[in-house]
Amino acid sequence: MTILVYTENREGRLIKAAFELISYAKEVAQKTNARVVALSIGDVNRDELMKTANYGATRVVTINDEKLSLMDNKRYISVVAEVAEKEQAEIILLPDNTTGKALTPGLSAKLKAGLVSGVASLPQSYDPFIVKKKVYSGKSIANVKILTDRKILTLPSNSFGVIEPESNGEPQIEEFTPDADMESKINLVSMNKVTDKILLSEAEIVVSGGRGMKGPENWGMIEELAGLLNAATACSRPVSDEGWRPHSEHVGQTGKVIAPNLYIACGISGAIQHVAGISSSKCIVAINKDDEAPIFDVADYGIVGDVQKVLPQLTQAIKAIKEA
Amino acid sequence: MKILVCISEVPDTTSKIKHINDNKELDKTGIQWIINPWDELSLTRAIELKETPGSKVESITVVHVGLQDSEPTIRKALAMGADNAIRIDAQPQDAYYVASQLAKTIASMDFDIILTGLDSADFNGSSVGGMLAQQLDMASISAVTALNLEGEKILVNRDVSGGTQTLEVQPPFLATVQKGIAIDPRIPAMRGIMMARSKPLEVLEATNEVTPLTEYVSYEVPPPREACRKFPEENAKELAHALHNEAKLI
Ligand SMILES: Cc1cc2nc3c(=O)[nH]c(=O)nc-3n(C[C@H](O)[C@H](O)[C@H](O)COP(=O)(O)OP(=O)(O)OC[C@H]3O[C@@H](n4cnc5c(N)ncnc54)[C@H](O)[C@@H]3O)c2cc1C
Ligand SMILES: Nc1ncnc2c1ncn2[C@@H]1O[C@H](COP(=O)(O)O)[C@@H](O)[C@H]1O
Repeated sequence: MTILVYTENREGRLIKAAFELISYAKEVAQKTNARVVALSIGDVNRDELMKTANYGATRVVTINDEKLSLMDNKRYISVVAEVAEKEQAEIILLPDNTTGKALTPGLSAKLKAGLVSGVASLPQSYDPFIVKKKVYSGKSIANVKILTDRKILTLPSNSFGVIEPESNGEPQIEEFTPDADMESKINLVSMNKVTDKILLSEAEIVVSGGRGMKGPENWGMIEELAGLLNAATACSRPVSDEGWRPHSEHVGQTGKVIAPNLYIACGISGAIQHVAGISSSKCIVAINKDDEAPIFDVADYGIVGDVQKVLPQLTQAIKAIKEA
Repeated sequence: MKILVCISEVPDTTSKIKHINDNKELDKTGIQWIINPWDELSLTRAIELKETPGSKVESITVVHVGLQDSEPTIRKALAMGADNAIRIDAQPQDAYYVASQLAKTIASMDFDIILTGLDSADFNGSSVGGMLAQQLDMASISAVTALNLEGEKILVNRDVSGGTQTLEVQPPFLATVQKGIAIDPRIPAMRGIMMARSKPLEVLEATNEVTPLTEYVSYEVPPPREACRKFPEENAKELAHALHNEAKLI
């Protein structure tokens, strides 16, 4: 059996989610006696592709075609489907991010392969194939059975973690030229890259502010702590609605759903719609002056107090630890 | 130009979720059903485009796969400003089942733009839109944050991994939309509510040729998180140490 892992790159380097997916695939492969094949689309150099072996891939299919520089869903779906057929992949793994969301539904329909997106953990059972996923915006967890032989899963960033890499020799690397139809109906007008910042959807630590921050002029505190922790910044919906922060930072049911290892909520009440976007965080820290704020119901650690006083002190204390 | 907006019906965002029948089903008692927030916004954007002076948008149709009890939700979409509605009479089984029902019905109708939400607040599948586009062999663009008609051009903004892009797209195409597509959902006015009663809501029979690919076997409500460990205001230092030594996160 083959597990095909879609390994995404940014500017030629595989993203952490790619290694996380291979790590997941390796665990599944050990239980099902499968091999792990990585698929890489784009200009990724050999050294980078070699790294996949350290996490468990034994083979890499790499496609470097000009026509794939723009993400055209249909084109990409055809290409991934072609590779899946060629490698006779029974399980196909993609990240649960914009790329995974763009490709997996079409892939599922094309291959008639059952899709479960946002899988929370290793499969509960393999025969029948049952996985868990969050539903109703995190308020419930469903056991979903995939009824088809071929299965597609997407994994949220940081949910599974990366296994300790070990030196496993070299993977077999095949440069592949797909037959897939390369016709496209979309044209790129402009692109705005965010390469200098840590992406909110992938960050291991997120520092987030709500209306309790009082105004955009106070975000320096949030940014300072974020900078210190190598964290991404986020906010509640009213904060982005008021234009204090860009919309891309809004987390919650109607914003981004994230699952960092550490989420620090500053002046956020913890409304159910906000919590829907952060409840998968491994650890939640809340700073709020209201002892009764619902954010404390989901937080692991909290400080009841004025964020304007607490945040600089927390930053100082963390700085001291980092320097020690 | 004809726009189709796919709407799904979900529990109101504040609803408490409980399960019955051996945790195999959702307990529907007390649940308020609403238009999925994304779908409300995509419909709002379609209406805005139609209302623009000199607009090329001729009509907005909403479509929903569901049983008769979902009609109040469909009427709300009509009250917001959709021109007509289609209900495909079937109990949704999984995303593929829903997409297949939609595809069978829509294949013979010529819509220029089809809008779906990025994800619906029930099963959070993020699936129906992309599956539908594939079945219609139509271009699809996902994570769309803006849709603009400029002269003959159709421009969309979308999120991609590592940035945002503006694209020019040729119809017909399907877009799965998210935050940004419209700011606030259109609230139906009294006049809209009155008019909605007489707008066409066509009920179409479902095909029984499609089978789901997945099955939701059972549910469990996650256990509550452990109680929060609170530190007093002046003790930020202790918190920092707990995060370092105990949680080992910093
Ligand atoms: C359909 C729908 C979808 C929604 N989707 C989302 C979503 O995706 N994301 C989202 O965030 N919201 C969403 N909301 C809004 C949500 O219901 C809340 O209104 C919102 O999350 C509140 O934001 P907040 O906590 O920043 O502000 P508030 O609720 O105003 O809370 C501010 C908090 O700051 C505290 N505070 C004030 N001053 C200080 C101080 N000096 N020091 C410390 N603490 C202080 C207060 O005690 C309070 O708890 C949605 C609502 C609806 C109806
Ligand atoms: N029963 C349905 N009828 C019509 N459209 C639907 C239905 N279910 C989902 N959709 C559409 O598909 C989008 C994504 O839903 P999902 O794939 O379930 O997350 C929704 O925002 C709707 O636009």
